[in-house]
Amino acid sequence: MKPFTYERAKSPAEAAAAAARIQGAKFIAGGTNLLDLMKLQIETPTHLIDVNGLALDKIETTPEGGLRIGALVRNTDLAAYEHVRRDYGLLSRALLAGASGQLRNSATTAGNLLQRTRCPYFYDTNQPCNKRQPGSGCAAIGGFSRQHAVVGVSDACIATHPSDMAVAMRALDATVETIRPDGSRRTTPIVEFYRLPGNTPQVETTLEPGELITAVLLPKPVGGRHIYNKVRDRASYAFALISVGAIVQKDGTGRVALGGVAHKPWRVEAAEAEMSRGARAVAERLLVGATPTHHNAFKLPLVERTLGATLAEARG
Amino acid sequence: MQDSNELEISRRNLLIGSVASATATAVPSVVIAQPVPEARTIPIPPPVMSKVSFDVNGKVHALEVDTRTTLLDALRERLLLPGTKKGCDHGQCGACTVIVDGRRINSCLTLAVMHEGNHITTIEGLGTPENLHPMQAAFVKHDGYQCGYCTPGQICSAVAVLDEIKAGIPSHVSSDLTQLPQATAVELRERMSGNICRCGAYSNIVDAISEVAGRKA
Repeated sequence: MKPFTYERAKSPAEAAAAAARIQGAKFIAGGTNLLDLMKLQIETPTHLIDVNGLALDKIETTPEGGLRIGALVRNTDLAAYEHVRRDYGLLSRALLAGASGQLRNSATTAGNLLQRTRCPYFYDTNQPCNKRQPGSGCAAIGGFSRQHAVVGVSDACIATHPSDMAVAMRALDATVETIRPDGSRRTTPIVEFYRLPGNTPQVETTLEPGELITAVLLPKPVGGRHIYNKVRDRASYAFALISVGAIVQKDGTGRVALGGVAHKPWRVEAAEAEMSRGARAVAERLLVGATPTHHNAFKLPLVERTLGATLAEARG
Repeated sequence: MQDSNELEISRRNLLIGSVASATATAVPSVVIAQPVPEARTIPIPPPVMSKVSFDVNGKVHALEVDTRTTLLDALRERLLLPGTKKGCDHGQCGACTVIVDGRRINSCLTLAVMHEGNHITTIEGLGTPENLHPMQAAFVKHDGYQCGYCTPGQICSAVAVLDEIKAGIPSHVSSDLTQLPQATAVELRERMSGNICRCGAYSNIVDAISEVAGRKA
């Protein structure tokens, strides 16, 4: 790791102001992704702002009947929270499908949203990567791309977003609450929070420099069957090849979001109108315009079949 | 002749501790023999020191550490508690698992300075050779290891897993999120997936944890 100075944040507003003021500053919470990347010198912050002492670790019911999940709520605690298990089962299931018990005990809600891709070329500092070193090129395009994105890709990047939790958050219409360096607060619907790679794959969210996530908000529960089906190379402790998060109502309508197929959790609301017509119709609309590589073309039928299994499970 | 000359230069570089790379051996020896100019040295930013104090196995330690020091390195290199192991150093193997404020975590993926006031339990704090923790005794009885390198992490993780099941924390294989989970073999395997055993003692590890879980029930 490169040397860095360190401070414990005293308030969200001061943390955000400091992050914008000090060049090379980064927030640290769980640290499970950031420290991994710092050891490889993929991330080289000169100053760390430890936000763990901020009282952002509560889950509260909102006046609208939804939930306000503090940015520092650990993945384990969010998955185990009674209200989440009962009314937002998709979120519990997605969290429990990710990482290991140890990592879920450290990793936070906001950190999970902001984790970086596990593209092997992003991790290999001997390889060009537009996300790690803008303008250097993309070794994944034309390289080993079995794990990579099939929709929403660009000529600059075909990396996927690795989070399971974010797939559930997308299906649940979460919004991200933040504080900006000037002290003002805003909320951003998760659909507007993540960016596609385009020509600037290093910019992954619509957060401004120094902006700090303080909470994630969930609207009131929508009912239905909540299912998260993750397909991976190992039965546990592996990132998704693809995943399907679904909420299916008794009348067959519902919502579907995908993981492992794009630079962000992937949901196409228009596809959900096809749910009564079955998995193939939904998958076709979800993956319209897909541009898979030779290595990851299997993801298209895998999505359709996993979605088919998910809808059958919901009916059963 | 050319080959032996290159070898000679390479040895010379090695002896004077030069940073010249292997490709520099093609350069005439007269250039190599010159002292490395000042301008070529890369300035290294000085380390930043910071104070932190936490409780390890019932004893409070106040340390001044390089901010880059992981909790794992603080435990092993500063507090001389080498029971916690460094495997991958990237949160993939679980050898560094310790229990912080009742929760198991990867000590390699957290900084020492982030643990002000925390209570940390390492394998040294669970039991002693004369007075083993029940989980340690069960690992011995069931031969839950071969080389033993992953074992401290396995045992710290296993102790915490039984607490997590007791606390009602569900897992990926829990069939009903609203029911209290049970310490079945399927549950234990899923919950222990963050601890890798290169020797493959997994079935004996599950037997050991199952026995302790049964004794508790």
